[in-house]
Amino acid sequence: MAAKRDIRLTVNGVAYEATVEPRMTLVDMLRGELGLTGTHVGCEHGVCGACTVLMDGRAVRSCIMLAVQADGADFMTIEGLASREGELHPIQQAFIEERGLQCGFCTPGFMMSILELLQETPDPTDDEIKDALGGAICRCTGYESILKSVRSAAKKLLAPAS
Amino acid sequence: MKPASFEYFAPTSVADAVSLLQEHGLEAKLLAGGQSLVPLLNMRLARPTVVIDVNRVDGLSYVREDGDALAIGAMTHQREVERAELVQRVNPLLHAATRLIGHPQIRNRGTVGGSIAHADPAAELPAVALALDAEMHITGPNGEKAVPAADFFVTYLTTTLEPAEMLTEVRVPALPQGTGWSIQEMARRHGDFALAGATVTLSMNGGMCSDARVVLFGVGATPLRVQQAEERLIGERVDAALISEIGREISSSIDEPLADIHATSEYRRNLAGVLTERALVEALGRAA
Ligand SMILES: Cc1cc2nc3c(=O)[nH]c(=O)nc-3n(C[C@H](O)[C@H](O)[C@H](O)COP(=O)(O)OP(=O)(O)OC[C@H]3O[C@@H](n4cnc5c(N)ncnc54)[C@H](O)[C@@H]3O)c2cc1C
Ligand code: FES
Ligand code: FES
Repeated sequence: MAAKRDIRLTVNGVAYEATVEPRMTLVDMLRGELGLTGTHVGCEHGVCGACTVLMDGRAVRSCIMLAVQADGADFMTIEGLASREGELHPIQQAFIEERGLQCGFCTPGFMMSILELLQETPDPTDDEIKDALGGAICRCTGYESILKSVRSAAKKLLAPAS
Repeated sequence: MKPASFEYFAPTSVADAVSLLQEHGLEAKLLAGGQSLVPLLNMRLARPTVVIDVNRVDGLSYVREDGDALAIGAMTHQREVERAELVQRVNPLLHAATRLIGHPQIRNRGTVGGSIAHADPAAELPAVALALDAEMHITGPNGEKAVPAADFFVTYLTTTLEPAEMLTEVRVPALPQGTGWSIQEMARRHGDFALAGATVTLSMNGGMCSDARVVLFGVGATPLRVQQAEERLIGERVDAALISEIGREISSSIDEPLADIHATSEYRRNLAGVLTERALVEALGRAA
Protein backbone atom coordinates (compact mmCIF):
# COMPACT_ATOMS: atom_id res chain seq x y z
CA MET A 1 0.00 0.00 0.00
CA ALA A 2 1.31 3.42 -0.96
CA ALA A 3 2.05 5.94 1.79
CA LYS A 4 -0.98 7.91 2.92
CA ARG A 5 -1.04 11.66 2.51
CA ASP A 6 -2.37 14.44 4.62
CA ILE A 7 -4.61 16.91 2.85
CA ARG A 8 -6.54 20.02 3.80
CA LEU A 9 -9.56 21.27 1.99
CA THR A 10 -12.64 23.40 2.52
CA VAL A 11 -16.10 21.98 1.94
CA ASN A 12 -19.14 24.23 2.26
CA GLY A 13 -17.06 26.77 4.14
CA VAL A 14 -15.79 24.25 6.70
CA ALA A 15 -12.09 23.37 6.87
CA TYR A 16 -11.32 19.65 6.87
CA GLU A 17 -8.16 17.59 7.20
CA ALA A 18 -7.92 14.02 6.05
CA THR A 19 -5.29 11.34 5.63
CA VAL A 20 -5.90 9.36 2.48
CA GLU A 21 -4.38 6.75 0.25
CA PRO A 22 -3.46 8.24 -3.14
CA ARG A 23 -5.85 5.89 -4.92
CA MET A 24 -8.91 7.09 -3.04
CA THR A 25 -11.30 9.04 -5.24
CA LEU A 26 -12.63 12.39 -4.12
CA VAL A 27 -16.19 11.08 -3.87
CA ASP A 28 -15.12 8.21 -1.62
CA MET A 29 -13.36 10.67 0.64
CA LEU A 30 -16.34 13.05 0.78
CA ARG A 31 -18.71 10.24 1.64
CA GLY A 32 -16.52 7.82 3.60
CA GLU A 33 -13.99 10.04 5.39
CA LEU A 34 -15.89 13.32 5.80
CA GLY A 35 -19.35 11.77 6.16
CA LEU A 36 -20.84 14.00 3.47
CA THR A 37 -23.06 11.37 1.90
CA GLY A 38 -25.26 13.84 0.03
CA THR A 39 -22.97 13.51 -2.99
CA HIS A 40 -24.04 10.32 -4.71
CA VAL A 41 -21.95 7.88 -6.63
CA GLY A 42 -23.32 6.03 -9.62
CA CYS A 43 -21.18 4.95 -12.51
CA GLU A 44 -17.74 5.79 -11.11
CA HIS A 45 -16.37 6.65 -14.52
CA GLY A 46 -17.57 10.14 -15.22
CA VAL A 47 -20.66 9.33 -17.26
CA CYS A 48 -23.74 9.74 -15.06
CA GLY A 49 -23.11 13.02 -13.24
CA ALA A 50 -24.46 11.87 -9.84
CA CYS A 51 -21.19 12.76 -8.10
CA THR A 52 -20.89 16.33 -9.44
CA VAL A 53 -19.56 18.89 -6.94
CA LEU A 54 -18.19 22.42 -7.29
CA MET A 55 -14.42 22.74 -7.02
CA ASP A 56 -13.27 26.35 -6.82
CA GLY A 57 -16.64 27.27 -8.35
CA ARG A 58 -16.48 24.80 -11.24
CA ALA A 59 -18.70 21.72 -11.61
CA VAL A 60 -16.53 18.60 -11.69
CA ARG A 61 -17.04 14.86 -11.37
CA SER A 62 -15.79 13.78 -7.95
CA CYS A 63 -15.58 10.10 -8.99
CA ILE A 64 -12.79 10.78 -11.47
CA MET A 65 -10.66 13.01 -9.30
CA LEU A 66 -8.33 11.73 -6.63
CA ALA A 67 -8.81 12.90 -3.06
CA VAL A 68 -5.12 13.90 -2.90
CA GLN A 69 -5.77 16.33 -5.74
CA ALA A 70 -8.27 18.16 -3.54
CA ASP A 71 -5.49 19.47 -1.30
CA GLY A 72 -5.88 23.23 -0.93
CA ALA A 73 -9.11 23.47 -2.93
CA ASP A 74 -12.49 24.89 -1.99
CA PHE A 75 -15.54 22.67 -2.54
CA MET A 76 -19.24 22.97 -2.43
CA THR A 77 -21.49 19.94 -2.17
CA ILE A 78 -25.24 19.52 -1.97
CA GLU A 79 -25.05 19.87 1.84
CA GLY A 80 -23.97 23.48 1.33
CA LEU A 81 -26.93 24.51 -0.81
CA ALA A 82 -29.57 25.22 1.83
CA SER A 83 -28.77 27.93 4.38
CA ARG A 84 -27.34 26.91 7.75
CA GLU A 85 -30.74 27.59 9.24
CA GLY A 86 -32.20 25.06 6.84
CA GLU A 87 -33.87 27.46 4.45
CA LEU A 88 -33.97 25.80 1.05
CA HIS A 89 -32.05 27.30 -1.86
CA PRO A 90 -34.23 28.58 -4.75
CA ILE A 91 -32.97 25.66 -6.85
CA GLN A 92 -34.24 23.19 -4.24
CA GLN A 93 -37.51 25.08 -3.90
CA ALA A 94 -37.99 25.00 -7.67
CA PHE A 95 -37.34 21.23 -7.78
CA ILE A 96 -40.09 20.67 -5.22
CA GLU A 97 -42.59 22.90 -7.00
CA GLU A 98 -41.87 21.58 -10.49
CA ARG A 99 -41.40 17.95 -9.40
CA GLY A 100 -37.79 17.94 -10.62
CA LEU A 101 -37.08 14.77 -8.69
CA GLN A 102 -38.60 11.39 -7.99
CA CYS A 103 -36.16 8.97 -6.35
CA GLY A 104 -33.63 11.77 -5.88
CA PHE A 105 -30.54 9.74 -6.72
CA CYS A 106 -29.43 12.06 -9.51
CA THR A 107 -30.59 15.26 -7.82
CA PRO A 108 -27.45 16.38 -5.91
CA GLY A 109 -25.38 16.16 -9.08
CA PHE A 110 -27.96 17.99 -11.16
CA MET A 111 -28.23 20.75 -8.58
CA MET A 112 -24.48 21.35 -8.50
CA SER A 113 -24.36 21.64 -12.30
CA ILE A 114 -27.39 23.94 -12.23
CA LEU A 115 -25.73 26.13 -9.61
CA GLU A 116 -22.65 26.58 -11.81
CA LEU A 117 -24.88 27.33 -14.80
CA LEU A 118 -27.01 29.93 -13.04
CA GLN A 119 -24.03 31.62 -11.41
CA GLU A 120 -22.53 32.20 -14.85
CA THR A 121 -25.67 32.50 -16.95
CA PRO A 122 -28.46 33.86 -14.77
CA ASP A 123 -31.03 33.79 -17.57
CA PRO A 124 -30.15 30.74 -19.67
CA THR A 125 -31.84 29.70 -22.90
CA ASP A 126 -33.20 26.17 -23.16
CA ASP A 127 -30.20 25.24 -25.29
CA GLU A 128 -27.85 26.52 -22.61
CA ILE A 129 -29.70 24.52 -19.97
CA LYS A 130 -29.55 21.37 -22.08
CA ASP A 131 -25.85 21.90 -22.76
CA ALA A 132 -25.13 22.25 -19.05
CA LEU A 133 -27.22 19.24 -18.00
CA GLY A 134 -26.74 16.94 -20.99
CA GLY A 135 -24.00 15.14 -19.13
CA ALA A 136 -26.19 13.89 -16.31
CA ILE A 137 -28.50 10.91 -16.28
CA CYS A 138 -31.90 10.74 -14.57
CA ARG A 139 -33.77 7.43 -14.74
CA CYS A 140 -37.01 8.75 -13.27
CA THR A 141 -38.22 12.13 -14.39
CA GLY A 142 -37.78 12.11 -18.16
CA TYR A 143 -35.89 15.40 -17.77
CA GLU A 144 -38.78 17.70 -18.74
CA SER A 145 -39.56 18.53 -15.11
CA ILE A 146 -35.87 19.17 -14.46
CA LEU A 147 -35.83 21.69 -17.32
CA LYS A 148 -38.89 23.36 -15.82
CA SER A 149 -37.19 23.43 -12.43
CA VAL A 150 -34.16 25.19 -13.88
CA ARG A 151 -36.31 27.81 -15.62
CA SER A 152 -38.20 28.39 -12.40
CA ALA A 153 -35.03 28.54 -10.28
CA ALA A 154 -33.56 31.11 -12.68
CA LYS A 155 -36.66 33.28 -12.29
CA LYS A 156 -36.56 32.99 -8.51
CA LEU A 157 -32.88 33.94 -8.40
CA LEU A 158 -33.36 36.90 -10.77
CA ALA A 159 -36.34 38.29 -8.87
CA PRO A 160 -36.18 37.12 -5.28
CA ALA A 161 -39.47 37.37 -3.44
CA SER A 162 -39.36 40.54 -1.41
CA MET B 1 -11.38 1.51 -3.33
CA LYS B 2 -11.62 1.19 -7.06
CA PRO B 3 -8.10 1.79 -8.41
CA ALA B 4 -5.18 -0.51 -7.66
CA SER B 5 -2.61 0.96 -5.31
CA PHE B 6 -0.02 3.37 -6.73
CA GLU B 7 2.70 5.72 -5.56
CA TYR B 8 1.73 9.38 -6.05
CA PHE B 9 3.97 12.29 -6.97
CA ALA B 10 3.00 15.89 -7.60
CA PRO B 11 6.05 17.61 -9.12
CA THR B 12 6.03 21.38 -9.58
CA SER B 13 8.21 21.65 -12.69
CA VAL B 14 8.38 19.98 -16.10
CA ALA B 15 11.99 18.97 -15.37
CA ASP B 16 10.93 17.16 -12.20
CA ALA B 17 8.03 15.47 -13.98
CA VAL B 18 10.36 14.25 -16.71
CA SER B 19 12.94 12.93 -14.27
CA LEU B 20 10.22 11.06 -12.40
CA LEU B 21 9.06 9.58 -15.70
CA GLN B 22 12.64 8.62 -16.47
CA GLU B 23 13.10 6.99 -13.09
CA HIS B 24 9.87 4.96 -13.21
CA GLY B 25 9.64 4.24 -16.92
CA LEU B 26 6.66 2.22 -18.13
CA GLU B 27 5.36 1.77 -14.56
CA ALA B 28 4.43 5.46 -14.45
CA LYS B 29 1.57 7.50 -15.88
CA LEU B 30 1.17 11.26 -16.01
CA LEU B 31 -2.10 12.51 -14.57
CA ALA B 32 -3.47 15.64 -16.25
CA GLY B 33 -7.23 16.29 -16.10
CA GLY B 34 -7.84 12.66 -15.21
CA GLN B 35 -10.99 12.52 -17.35
CA SER B 36 -9.66 9.57 -19.33
CA LEU B 37 -7.03 8.19 -16.96
CA VAL B 38 -9.07 8.01 -13.73
CA PRO B 39 -11.95 6.06 -15.35
CA LEU B 40 -9.29 3.61 -16.59
CA LEU B 41 -7.83 3.40 -13.07
CA ASN B 42 -11.28 2.91 -11.54
CA MET B 43 -11.99 0.04 -13.91
CA ARG B 44 -8.43 -1.24 -13.47
CA LEU B 45 -7.94 -1.18 -17.21
CA ALA B 46 -4.80 0.79 -16.36
CA ARG B 47 -2.71 -0.20 -13.33
CA PRO B 48 0.33 2.08 -13.19
CA THR B 49 2.31 1.67 -9.97
CA VAL B 50 3.32 5.33 -10.11
CA VAL B 51 1.05 8.29 -10.88
CA ILE B 52 2.71 11.62 -11.60
CA ASP B 53 0.16 14.39 -11.17
CA VAL B 54 1.22 17.42 -13.24
CA ASN B 55 -1.58 19.72 -12.05
CA ARG B 56 0.86 21.49 -9.71
CA VAL B 57 3.36 22.26 -12.48
CA ASP B 58 3.34 26.01 -12.99
CA GLY B 59 3.17 27.77 -16.32
CA LEU B 60 1.49 25.11 -18.47
CA SER B 61 -1.94 26.70 -18.62
CA TYR B 62 -2.26 29.49 -21.19
CA VAL B 63 -3.61 30.45 -24.60
CA ARG B 64 -1.44 33.01 -26.37
CA GLU B 65 -1.21 34.42 -29.84
CA ASP B 66 2.26 33.79 -31.16
CA GLY B 67 2.82 35.07 -34.69
CA ASP B 68 0.37 33.26 -36.95
CA ALA B 69 -0.45 30.60 -34.40
CA LEU B 70 -2.08 29.97 -31.06
CA ALA B 71 0.26 28.57 -28.44
CA ILE B 72 -1.73 26.51 -25.94
CA GLY B 73 -0.19 25.13 -22.76
CA ALA B 74 -0.70 21.38 -22.38
CA MET B 75 -2.45 21.78 -19.01
CA THR B 76 -4.93 24.37 -20.25
CA HIS B 77 -8.42 23.16 -19.41
CA GLN B 78 -10.62 22.52 -22.42
CA ARG B 79 -13.14 24.90 -20.84
CA GLU B 80 -10.60 27.77 -20.97
CA VAL B 81 -10.03 27.19 -24.66
CA GLU B 82 -13.77 27.14 -25.26
CA ARG B 83 -14.18 30.45 -23.43
CA ALA B 84 -11.16 32.27 -24.82
CA GLU B 85 -12.32 35.08 -27.08
CA LEU B 86 -8.89 34.86 -28.75
CA VAL B 87 -9.57 31.28 -29.88
CA GLN B 88 -12.97 32.18 -31.30
CA ARG B 89 -11.44 35.01 -33.29
CA VAL B 90 -8.24 33.36 -34.51
CA ASN B 91 -9.45 29.81 -34.88
CA PRO B 92 -13.21 29.26 -34.84
CA LEU B 93 -12.74 25.62 -35.86
CA LEU B 94 -10.72 24.90 -32.71
CA HIS B 95 -13.40 26.66 -30.66
CA ALA B 96 -16.21 24.61 -32.23
CA ALA B 97 -14.30 21.35 -31.83
CA THR B 98 -13.60 22.00 -28.16
CA ARG B 99 -17.28 22.59 -27.47
CA LEU B 100 -18.03 19.11 -28.81
CA ILE B 101 -15.87 17.41 -26.17
CA GLY B 102 -18.03 15.63 -23.62
CA HIS B 103 -19.87 17.95 -21.26
CA PRO B 104 -18.99 21.22 -19.51
CA GLN B 105 -18.20 19.26 -16.32
CA ILE B 106 -15.69 17.15 -18.25
CA ARG B 107 -14.15 20.18 -19.99
CA ASN B 108 -13.74 21.90 -16.62
CA ARG B 109 -11.08 19.29 -15.74
CA GLY B 110 -9.97 17.80 -19.07
CA THR B 111 -6.89 19.37 -20.63
CA VAL B 112 -5.83 20.06 -24.20
CA GLY B 113 -2.57 18.15 -23.75
CA GLY B 114 -4.37 15.22 -22.13
CA SER B 115 -6.80 14.84 -25.01
CA ILE B 116 -4.04 14.97 -27.60
CA ALA B 117 -1.66 12.68 -25.69
CA HIS B 118 -4.47 10.20 -25.01
CA ALA B 119 -5.15 10.08 -28.76
CA ASP B 120 -8.58 8.51 -28.72
CA PRO B 121 -9.39 8.00 -32.42
CA ALA B 122 -12.89 9.44 -31.88
CA ALA B 123 -11.65 12.56 -30.08
CA GLU B 124 -12.13 16.00 -31.60
CA LEU B 125 -8.85 17.71 -30.71
CA PRO B 126 -6.53 15.18 -32.38
CA ALA B 127 -8.63 15.47 -35.55
CA VAL B 128 -8.49 19.27 -35.69
CA ALA B 129 -4.81 19.18 -34.74
CA LEU B 130 -4.24 17.09 -37.85
CA ALA B 131 -6.51 19.21 -40.04
CA LEU B 132 -4.83 22.43 -38.94
CA ASP B 133 -1.21 21.19 -39.01
CA ALA B 134 -0.73 21.71 -35.30
CA GLU B 135 2.67 21.10 -33.78
CA MET B 136 3.27 19.26 -30.51
CA HIS B 137 5.98 20.62 -28.27
CA ILE B 138 7.52 17.90 -26.18
CA THR B 139 10.05 17.85 -23.36
CA GLY B 140 12.03 14.72 -22.58
CA PRO B 141 15.31 13.66 -21.00
CA ASN B 142 17.16 14.92 -24.07
CA GLY B 143 15.55 18.34 -24.16
CA GLU B 144 12.77 19.80 -26.24
CA LYS B 145 11.45 18.98 -29.68
CA ALA B 146 8.49 19.71 -31.91
CA VAL B 147 6.53 17.03 -33.77
CA PRO B 148 3.97 17.87 -36.48
CA ALA B 149 0.51 16.38 -35.98
CA ALA B 150 0.98 14.35 -39.18
CA ASP B 151 3.76 12.36 -37.46
CA PHE B 152 2.34 12.37 -33.93
CA PHE B 153 -0.61 9.97 -33.99
CA VAL B 154 0.63 6.41 -34.45
CA THR B 155 -2.32 4.14 -33.75
CA TYR B 156 -5.20 3.60 -31.32
CA LEU B 157 -4.31 5.50 -28.08
CA THR B 158 -0.68 5.64 -29.17
CA THR B 159 1.48 8.60 -30.17
CA THR B 160 5.17 9.16 -30.80
CA LEU B 161 5.58 10.28 -27.17
CA GLU B 162 8.30 8.19 -25.50
CA PRO B 163 7.67 6.91 -21.95
CA ALA B 164 9.82 9.68 -20.42
CA GLU B 165 8.43 12.48 -22.58
CA MET B 166 5.80 15.03 -21.73
CA LEU B 167 3.71 17.18 -24.04
CA THR B 168 4.05 20.79 -22.90
CA GLU B 169 2.46 22.92 -25.63
CA VAL B 170 0.30 22.57 -28.70
CA ARG B 171 0.77 25.18 -31.43
CA VAL B 172 -2.19 25.57 -33.70
CA PRO B 173 -1.80 27.77 -36.80
CA ALA B 174 -4.47 30.44 -37.18
CA LEU B 175 -7.19 29.72 -39.70
CA PRO B 176 -6.39 32.12 -42.59
CA GLN B 177 -9.02 34.82 -43.18
CA GLY B 178 -11.71 33.63 -45.55
CA THR B 179 -11.05 29.93 -45.03
CA GLY B 180 -14.29 27.96 -44.71
CA TRP B 181 -14.42 25.35 -41.99
CA SER B 182 -16.69 22.80 -40.40
CA ILE B 183 -16.72 19.98 -37.89
CA GLN B 184 -19.56 17.47 -37.97
CA GLU B 185 -20.09 14.44 -35.79
CA MET B 186 -22.74 11.96 -34.78
CA ALA B 187 -22.98 10.64 -31.23
CA ARG B 188 -25.61 8.47 -29.54
CA ARG B 189 -26.23 11.23 -27.01
CA HIS B 190 -25.12 14.84 -27.11
CA GLY B 191 -21.65 14.93 -25.51
CA ASP B 192 -20.76 11.29 -26.00
CA PHE B 193 -17.72 10.30 -27.98
CA ALA B 194 -18.55 10.50 -31.68
CA LEU B 195 -19.50 7.36 -33.59
CA ALA B 196 -17.82 9.10 -36.49
CA GLY B 197 -16.96 12.65 -37.46
CA ALA B 198 -15.48 14.80 -40.19
CA THR B 199 -13.68 18.10 -40.14
CA VAL B 200 -12.97 20.18 -43.21
CA THR B 201 -11.20 23.42 -44.16
CA LEU B 202 -11.76 24.94 -47.58
CA SER B 203 -10.12 27.92 -49.29
CA MET B 204 -11.84 29.35 -52.36
CA ASN B 205 -10.27 31.69 -54.87
CA GLY B 206 -12.29 33.17 -57.75
CA GLY B 207 -14.88 30.41 -57.42
CA MET B 208 -12.25 27.67 -57.45
CA CYS B 209 -11.03 25.66 -54.51
CA SER B 210 -7.40 26.58 -53.87
CA ASP B 211 -6.81 24.47 -50.79
CA ALA B 212 -8.67 21.85 -48.79
CA ARG B 213 -8.29 19.57 -45.81
CA VAL B 214 -10.52 16.63 -45.06
CA VAL B 215 -9.99 14.69 -41.84
CA LEU B 216 -12.19 11.91 -40.45
CA PHE B 217 -12.33 10.72 -36.86
CA GLY B 218 -13.84 7.73 -35.11
CA VAL B 219 -13.42 5.51 -38.17
CA GLY B 220 -9.79 4.38 -37.92
CA ALA B 221 -7.02 3.84 -35.39
CA THR B 222 -6.03 7.52 -35.61
CA PRO B 223 -7.63 10.60 -37.14
CA LEU B 224 -7.48 10.06 -40.90
CA ARG B 225 -6.55 12.65 -43.49
CA VAL B 226 -8.30 11.86 -46.80
CA GLN B 227 -5.91 13.22 -49.40
CA GLN B 228 -7.88 11.62 -52.20
CA ALA B 229 -10.86 13.83 -51.34
CA GLU B 230 -8.67 16.92 -51.04
CA GLU B 231 -7.25 16.29 -54.52
CA ARG B 232 -10.75 16.00 -55.94
CA LEU B 233 -11.58 19.43 -54.53
CA ILE B 234 -8.49 21.49 -55.33
CA GLY B 235 -8.79 23.36 -58.64
CA GLU B 236 -12.51 22.66 -58.93
CA ARG B 237 -15.68 24.67 -58.62
CA VAL B 238 -17.15 23.00 -55.55
CA ASP B 239 -20.82 22.22 -56.19
CA ALA B 240 -23.47 19.87 -54.84
CA ALA B 241 -22.64 17.19 -57.39
CA LEU B 242 -18.94 17.11 -56.51
CA ILE B 243 -19.72 17.12 -52.79
CA SER B 244 -22.02 14.13 -52.99
CA GLU B 245 -19.56 12.27 -55.20
CA ILE B 246 -16.85 12.80 -52.59
CA GLY B 247 -19.18 11.61 -49.83
CA ARG B 248 -19.94 8.43 -51.77
CA GLU B 249 -16.25 7.82 -52.45
CA ILE B 250 -15.43 8.16 -48.78
CA SER B 251 -18.20 5.76 -47.76
CA SER B 252 -16.97 3.16 -50.21
CA SER B 253 -13.22 3.59 -49.83
CA ILE B 254 -12.34 3.83 -46.15
CA ASP B 255 -10.96 0.66 -44.58
CA GLU B 256 -13.22 -1.32 -42.26
CA PRO B 257 -13.92 1.08 -39.38
CA LEU B 258 -14.19 -0.25 -35.87
CA ALA B 259 -17.43 -2.04 -35.00
CA ASP B 260 -18.71 -1.99 -31.42
CA ILE B 261 -22.00 -2.07 -29.51
CA HIS B 262 -22.73 1.50 -30.64
CA ALA B 263 -22.39 1.11 -34.38
CA THR B 264 -21.48 -1.41 -37.02
CA SER B 265 -18.59 -0.94 -39.35
CA GLU B 266 -21.04 -0.45 -42.26
CA TYR B 267 -22.88 2.29 -40.43
CA ARG B 268 -19.69 4.14 -39.53
CA ARG B 269 -18.53 4.08 -43.14
CA ASN B 270 -21.80 5.45 -44.36
CA LEU B 271 -21.77 8.08 -41.64
CA ALA B 272 -18.25 9.20 -42.55
CA GLY B 273 -19.39 9.97 -46.09
CA VAL B 274 -22.57 11.74 -45.02
CA LEU B 275 -20.77 13.83 -42.39
CA THR B 276 -18.07 14.80 -44.90
CA GLU B 277 -20.77 16.04 -47.27
CA ARG B 278 -22.38 18.10 -44.52
CA ALA B 279 -19.01 19.49 -43.50
CA LEU B 280 -18.17 20.45 -47.08
CA VAL B 281 -21.50 22.21 -47.54
CA GLU B 282 -21.05 24.17 -44.33
CA ALA B 283 -17.40 25.02 -45.04
CA LEU B 284 -18.28 26.18 -48.55
CA GLY B 285 -20.95 28.47 -47.12
CA ARG B 286 -18.40 30.00 -44.78
CA ALA B 287 -15.57 30.39 -47.32
CA ALA B 288 -15.06 33.92 -48.61
C1 LIG C 1 -18.13 11.29 -19.72
C2 LIG C 1 -16.96 11.66 -20.58
C3 LIG C 1 -17.18 12.06 -21.89
C4 LIG C 1 -16.10 12.41 -22.70
N1 LIG C 1 -16.36 12.78 -23.98
C5 LIG C 1 -15.34 13.13 -24.78
C6 LIG C 1 -15.56 13.52 -26.12
O1 LIG C 1 -16.70 13.59 -26.59
N2 LIG C 1 -14.50 13.86 -26.88
C7 LIG C 1 -13.22 13.81 -26.38
O2 LIG C 1 -12.28 14.12 -27.10
N3 LIG C 1 -12.96 13.44 -25.13
C8 LIG C 1 -13.99 13.10 -24.31
N4 LIG C 1 -13.72 12.73 -23.04
C9 LIG C 1 -12.31 12.65 -22.59
C10 LIG C 1 -11.77 14.01 -22.17
O3 LIG C 1 -11.64 14.87 -23.26
C11 LIG C 1 -10.40 13.88 -21.51
O4 LIG C 1 -10.23 15.08 -20.82
C12 LIG C 1 -9.22 13.69 -22.41
O5 LIG C 1 -9.34 12.59 -23.23
C13 LIG C 1 -7.95 13.43 -21.58
O6 LIG C 1 -7.50 14.64 -21.05
P1 LIG C 1 -7.14 14.73 -19.53
O7 LIG C 1 -6.51 16.04 -19.32
O8 LIG C 1 -8.34 14.43 -18.73
O9 LIG C 1 -6.00 13.63 -19.39
P2 LIG C 1 -5.79 12.39 -18.40
O10 LIG C 1 -7.00 11.57 -18.30
O11 LIG C 1 -5.17 12.89 -17.15
O12 LIG C 1 -4.67 11.63 -19.22
C14 LIG C 1 -4.97 10.87 -20.39
C15 LIG C 1 -3.69 10.19 -20.89
O13 LIG C 1 -2.80 11.14 -21.45
C16 LIG C 1 -1.56 11.16 -20.78
N5 LIG C 1 -1.17 12.58 -20.65
C17 LIG C 1 -1.95 13.57 -20.18
N6 LIG C 1 -1.31 14.75 -20.27
C18 LIG C 1 -0.11 14.49 -20.83
C19 LIG C 1 0.99 15.32 -21.22
N7 LIG C 1 0.97 16.65 -21.03
N8 LIG C 1 2.08 14.74 -21.78
C20 LIG C 1 2.10 13.39 -21.98
N9 LIG C 1 1.09 12.56 -21.65
C21 LIG C 1 -0.01 13.11 -21.08
C22 LIG C 1 -1.82 10.50 -19.44
O14 LIG C 1 -0.66 9.88 -18.91
C23 LIG C 1 -2.89 9.50 -19.78
O15 LIG C 1 -2.33 8.34 -20.32
C24 LIG C 1 -14.77 12.37 -22.19
C25 LIG C 1 -14.53 11.97 -20.87
C26 LIG C 1 -15.61 11.61 -20.06
C27 LIG C 1 -15.36 11.18 -18.65
S1 FES D 1 -20.52 8.58 -10.34
FE1 FES D 1 -19.30 10.18 -11.09
S2 FES D 1 -20.17 10.57 -13.01
FE2 FES D 1 -21.21 8.78 -12.39
S1 FES E 1 -34.96 11.31 -9.81
FE1 FES E 1 -34.47 9.21 -9.85
S2 FES E 1 -32.71 9.22 -11.12
FE2 FES E 1 -33.36 11.24 -11.26
